[in-house]
Amino acid sequence: MSKLVLKNVAKRYGAFEAVANFSLELAKGEFVSLLGPSGCGKTTTLRMIAGFMPPTDGSIEMDGKQISSASGVVPPEHRRMSMIFQSYAIWPNMTVGENVGFGLQVRKLPRAEIDRRVDKILDVVQMRNLKGRYPAELSGGQQQRVALARAIVVEPEVLLLDEPLSNLDANLREEMRFEIRRLHDEFKITTVYVTHDQSEAMVTSDRIVVMNKGKIEQIDAPHVLYGRPKSRFVAGFIGRTNFVEGTLQGNEVGFDGFSASAAAVEGATGGGKLLYSLRPQAIALSAQKPGAAGLSFEAEIVDRSYLGEYWDYQVRPLGGSKPLRVSTAPTAVFEVGSRVWLEIAPSAMVRVE
Amino acid sequence: MSVTAPAIDTMPVRPVRASRFDSTWLLWIAIIAVLLFLVVSPFVYLVITSFQAERTGEFTFSNYATAYGRARYIDALFNSLKLGAASAALAGVFAVPLAWAVARTNMPGRGLTRMLVLATFITPPYTGAVAWILLAGPNAGWLNRFFMMVTGAEAGPFNIYSFTGLAVVIALYSFPYIFIFTTAALELVSSEMEDAANILGAGPWRTMRKVTLPLALPAILGGLIICFLEAIALFGSPAMIAIPARFNVVTTQLFQFFGNPVRVEVAAAYAMPLLGVTVLLVLVQRLIVRRKGFVALTGKGGERRPILLGRWRWVMFGYAMFVAALAVFLPYIFLIHSAFAKAWGRGFLLDNITLANFRFILFEHATAAQSVINSFVYAGISATIAVFLTLGVAYIVARRLIPFGGVLGFLCVAPFVIPGVVLAIGFYAAYAPPPLALYGTALILILAFTTRFLPVGYVNASAAINSLNPEMEEAVRVLGGSRLTALRRVVAPLLKRNMMGAWLLIFIPATRELSAAIFLYGPNTKVASVMIFDMSEEGNFERLAALALVLQVLTLPLLWLGQKALGRDFMLRRTAT
Repeated sequence: MSKLVLKNVAKRYGAFEAVANFSLELAKGEFVSLLGPSGCGKTTTLRMIAGFMPPTDGSIEMDGKQISSASGVVPPEHRRMSMIFQSYAIWPNMTVGENVGFGLQVRKLPRAEIDRRVDKILDVVQMRNLKGRYPAELSGGQQQRVALARAIVVEPEVLLLDEPLSNLDANLREEMRFEIRRLHDEFKITTVYVTHDQSEAMVTSDRIVVMNKGKIEQIDAPHVLYGRPKSRFVAGFIGRTNFVEGTLQGNEVGFDGFSASAAAVEGATGGGKLLYSLRPQAIALSAQKPGAAGLSFEAEIVDRSYLGEYWDYQVRPLGGSKPLRVSTAPTAVFEVGSRVWLEIAPSAMVRVE
Repeated sequence: MSVTAPAIDTMPVRPVRASRFDSTWLLWIAIIAVLLFLVVSPFVYLVITSFQAERTGEFTFSNYATAYGRARYIDALFNSLKLGAASAALAGVFAVPLAWAVARTNMPGRGLTRMLVLATFITPPYTGAVAWILLAGPNAGWLNRFFMMVTGAEAGPFNIYSFTGLAVVIALYSFPYIFIFTTAALELVSSEMEDAANILGAGPWRTMRKVTLPLALPAILGGLIICFLEAIALFGSPAMIAIPARFNVVTTQLFQFFGNPVRVEVAAAYAMPLLGVTVLLVLVQRLIVRRKGFVALTGKGGERRPILLGRWRWVMFGYAMFVAALAVFLPYIFLIHSAFAKAWGRGFLLDNITLANFRFILFEHATAAQSVINSFVYAGISATIAVFLTLGVAYIVARRLIPFGGVLGFLCVAPFVIPGVVLAIGFYAAYAPPPLALYGTALILILAFTTRFLPVGYVNASAAINSLNPEMEEAVRVLGGSRLTALRRVVAPLLKRNMMGAWLLIFIPATRELSAAIFLYGPNTKVASVMIFDMSEEGNFERLAALALVLQVLTLPLLWLGQKALGRDFMLRRTAT
């Protein structure tokens, strides 16, 4: 049985639809991210799961029991969930230990048991030595760990995270991503994670829900989202990509400056413009004509930037008008203006809406 | 980590139906009832009463005809406007240079100046007026006597019992408002804004004229308006100075309508222009400060380097000390002297020193000691009610717990536009007649004080609550605590300091309140301010000075407490006004 089920959940403010027809099922222990630009409705969805706002339509169930619908909601304090907030919401009037122990105290556990569990979880997040400190004396990363410990120590049915890393600097953010995933692997808590940062979502999640303007664009595992985006929005939002337009002409699909056999690329049916996403990493550059059977054609280097970890080339197919972006290893050096051969596996051309 | 079932597992999971009439509605009704009682009903009764015939209660315009039927009543209105303008202009002359010097320059003694402004601020205007009667009374005033001694002239040049005298005294004790507004604005002007003008070729004077001053101007104007309103609403100083000088202002005229027999209907009609001018100017002030003032200054502060004044800094310091001498040093020297003197006119002689005045007011006078106790008890209860009420309203408004919460917030700040005198007439009109018949009771004073200071409480409470991230409370709830738990364990502890500050900001002025008290006190509910006013009418300046000093000294520990909890200048911040 699914742990958490959202059925056609919607949230409207007058005529504005913040979340529309949102359906999602989480398996027990699953880690799912809601990913999208700001204003896409992901935080609204999370707050409906937490019980801070009622949906205007649809329902939310946990363990088969309805906890939210338009006619009423179980208040947040009776949902056995916990949540990590964007601001961490660490209470400045309580020490680290008191913050972490709060949820257990509310659950009326014996004093000794609270102490034992608090110490244990503080060990897990490596904050035991700071138990008596007040939040004002902690760094941002340490506050984040307290928030994590406070949320996990109550062993919630569902853990909700609302952009928890957005207030940290870049290095710490990267470290905490792995920390969050590690804690998930250790405690197997069903988790919903809201973020606008695709790499955060990719590192942490089993599945990612990409949202745009209140609607679900695609739900898939990170590698599927990246490799097989279904819409222009998803392809553009997750990683960098080239959008190329093609038209079906007999057995060939004609693109800007090159063409491919209609049988080799997916979805090459119907008239009108066909839109494809082509990742910069899926294109290989070489000085000589490649021998393999894949799609290959000649092009000119228009511009290039060196990013250290890779080269970012702008390459225009001969006879084409718009350049394509190509990422190569830092060792693959081509001068601007030189001729190169491009090679593409036709399966890397992903048809998007 | 062992996974034992949390105790909360046993809780039933069932949807709670959101019904139309839950407890939040009861709360809303309760709060709106209290605010109707405190704010709306006195105002409504004020308006109704102004159209009612005495005794019969029939609809009539005759009150207006009476109130505006004599030239001297009209004169009093214009006197008030002139007085307001003169006092505000003078206060600006006192305040603006000081504010600039303290906020932006390297003038020596900036901390001292701030402290002296605070000392001015906590001196009740009527105490200042009494001190200035001692200083600049026509013949016996110390400044005149000193002048005659030095020059050998027959008479001194100063006469406090004049329009000018009154304007100066009012300006001396209201200039801190402009000081507070102006320093707050100047402290937001970063040096970078001035640097930007400098690098484009503007010299220091042009920079000040074109950049600094325009940025602070809305704040200065806002302060001037507050001073104007303070001056026209003031009762104590005009009553002590204008009446002997044989001219009237609106508030003293209102007091005369209230004398035997009480003509509350006429008073209500006569209060309308005062109310109208105040409402209008408060709106103008809000507009100025909001549109151009602080919005433009909310960018990142940047660093602020003091402007180096060179030799001029001693000139500035001299001016600051001159203002301080007029507002603090001279008045207090002679107040203290009088309080310990057998007869204040006899001067600084050893055999003129006595403790009899203190003994008299504290132990012998029938009601003086009781009046101080009354002041503190009433002020304490009022401050407590106002703080909790405004905290509740501010919380409800900020967290949108009920629809139309903004209405409650508006009612809390509305008394700001009602001068104390007018408020008192409204309270009298609403609650003096049966069935409540509250006139002369402690309750009517407490309620009037509460209403008068609701705006201070609300501004502080809503600032405090808006500084709390709602996620702090949501974190409690998601971990299983109720809203009440969140209030008790998180909100209350975090707001403790703020609430104490708000309490003091209400309590301290409430212990000195005169404008409303003078209309509402009864034989058993005399407060210290009324007592001081009575003594001034008897000309009993030694005992009066002793009582005024007792009141000031009792305030000091509270001030110390406030500074400890909230920082040195807690009374001189913009939220305090």
